[in-house]
Amino acid sequence: MSVHLSHLTLSHFRSHQRTRMVFDGRPVAIHGPNGSGKTNILEAISLLSPGRGLRRATPDEMVRRPQALGWKLRAEFATQDGPRLAETWAEPGQSRQVRIDEKSTTQLALGSLAPMLWLTPAMDRLWLEGAEGRRRFLDRTTLSFAPDHAAQVLAYDKAMRERNRLLRDGVRDARWFAALEAQMAEAGARITANRRAALAALADHADPDSPFPMAEMTLDCTAPDDLASALAENRARDMAAGRSLIGPHRADLRAVWTAKGMEAAQCSTGEQKAFLISAILANARALSAQTGTAPILLLDEVAAHLDAARRAALYDAVCAMGAQCFMTGTGPELFAELGLRAQAFAVAEKDGVSQLSEEYP
Amino acid sequence: MADARDEIDALIGQFARLPGLGPRSARRMVLHLLQRRDQALRPLVMALDRVAQTAQPCQRCGNIATAPICDICADPRRATGEICVVEDVADLWAMERGQAFTGRYHVLGGTLSALDAIGPDDLRIPQLLDRIASEGVREVILALGATVDGQTTAHYIAEALEDSGVTLSALAQGVPVGGELDFLDDGTIGAALRARRAF
Ligand SMILES: Nc1ncnc2c1ncn2[C@@H]1O[C@H](COP(=O)(O)OP(=O)(O)OP(=O)(O)O)[C@@H](O)[C@H]1O
Ligand SMILES: [Mg+2]
Ligand SMILES: [Zn+2]
Repeated sequence: MSVHLSHLTLSHFRSHQRTRMVFDGRPVAIHGPNGSGKTNILEAISLLSPGRGLRRATPDEMVRRPQALGWKLRAEFATQDGPRLAETWAEPGQSRQVRIDEKSTTQLALGSLAPMLWLTPAMDRLWLEGAEGRRRFLDRTTLSFAPDHAAQVLAYDKAMRERNRLLRDGVRDARWFAALEAQMAEAGARITANRRAALAALADHADPDSPFPMAEMTLDCTAPDDLASALAENRARDMAAGRSLIGPHRADLRAVWTAKGMEAAQCSTGEQKAFLISAILANARALSAQTGTAPILLLDEVAAHLDAARRAALYDAVCAMGAQCFMTGTGPELFAELGLRAQAFAVAEKDGVSQLSEEYP
Repeated sequence: MADARDEIDALIGQFARLPGLGPRSARRMVLHLLQRRDQALRPLVMALDRVAQTAQPCQRCGNIATAPICDICADPRRATGEICVVEDVADLWAMERGQAFTGRYHVLGGTLSALDAIGPDDLRIPQLLDRIASEGVREVILALGATVDGQTTAHYIAEALEDSGVTLSALAQGVPVGGELDFLDDGTIGAALRARRAF
């Protein structure tokens, strides 16, 4: 069985005062009315991986109001090497802390517990909005395959910020520029290679029989092969702009619906959603093939846009992979096709506090 | 009596602000010193006073010395034609503890950082160029951190030395990201030095 979350306790986390859940590794369907606290549970799980979670919120936004006394999550994972205990919390005004197996550690260490992928309604407009969101989606996907990707992105970003400062201060020390450009080129080449490898892995693990239309995703990157020389040539223009105009930080992700040869942005809302679902399923399959264990999937309101046939296909795909997939929806009928293959939880809100109960058929 | 207590509290406060110490260890140290006035406290006062009067940066390499030229620069056996460039004195001490390097050092006093407003003129780079000519240096070993700032500084020095005719090398990979030399154990430093590569 894949690595999975076996216990989760939310304390003073958003609408949850104290919510305790026990999981057995099957997919998990959570239903309840709007505002009952479903997404909050998925956000809590996403904080068991490095970063700011699926809402990209600050620790202070997550604390239960009006008390605002700090929040805490406690989770147990079932792994091949036995149970692992992860705790993360934040005191008011402080950054978030992490302990794994009773030892204080960094957020990055959470990455070693269980790979995690998510899809949220906020990503529905991914293909319509600015390149930044697509780059973030691409880099999260890439990071799931290449753990060094985060360090490369951080190094590139730091060298670029240093160079931008030189540009804005009007510094004309060619050696200093060259030293920073050499590092942007080195990290930039790794970033581009990692991104291309990730897209190739997605293409390799696409399921041609799936009812989800597959989009062919390509990296739209104008960064030249010899980035160091190109940056050196571009210094005057960059100085006028006050920032670096070329490089992988300007890359974009393009998606074209393979069957129709149509740009994702031109496709219907449901079709655009389907591209993301097929991408995340391909990502999960590729990771399972590489590591022997399926990632944990967080699919917020994924059932809402899908017709019954596609819902059933999604559930079959998730179950076939053996992934612990957390899904939310407003009513239990959205998960009927899962039957006994999933655990079911009902959430309701009472006096501003989320109430949770497991449902047995 | 209240005055003595205040002064001792102030002393504990000063110790507690030192790196690696907290209020608990500071209280234990001060109590230890007070209880051994002659064996511990007075010798410490004298040692501190001597160092306060004599400690100064070595005019050549930037090491902390008790004379204008430090022991390493003054020792003719260390004129091997190799200079190891480090970020700060803590890194020099770490290299010396490793006992793997027999040449001389050059302490930059920081790393290049536009965001922190540290430019080439704030580091001892011109002095390094002077020494290469005057000391007959054949090899410059860059022992700078694997951080972006450390590597920017390494690239900068490499460019500046391009026409000087010296061999340039860098400590072998394996220095962790953000892990400055001072935190590496002595054996690791020796291994990184032996496996140094052309830069
Ligand atoms: N910091 C907080 N303290 C207390 N309550 C909060 C906090 N942050 C959010 N909430 C509340 O949590 C409730 C549940 O939010 P959540 O997004 O989990 O709902 P949901 O069940 O996913 O609803 P929907 O079906 O509309 O997506 C909301 O009513 C929101 O106001
Ligand atoms: Mg929701
Ligand atoms: Zn010296």
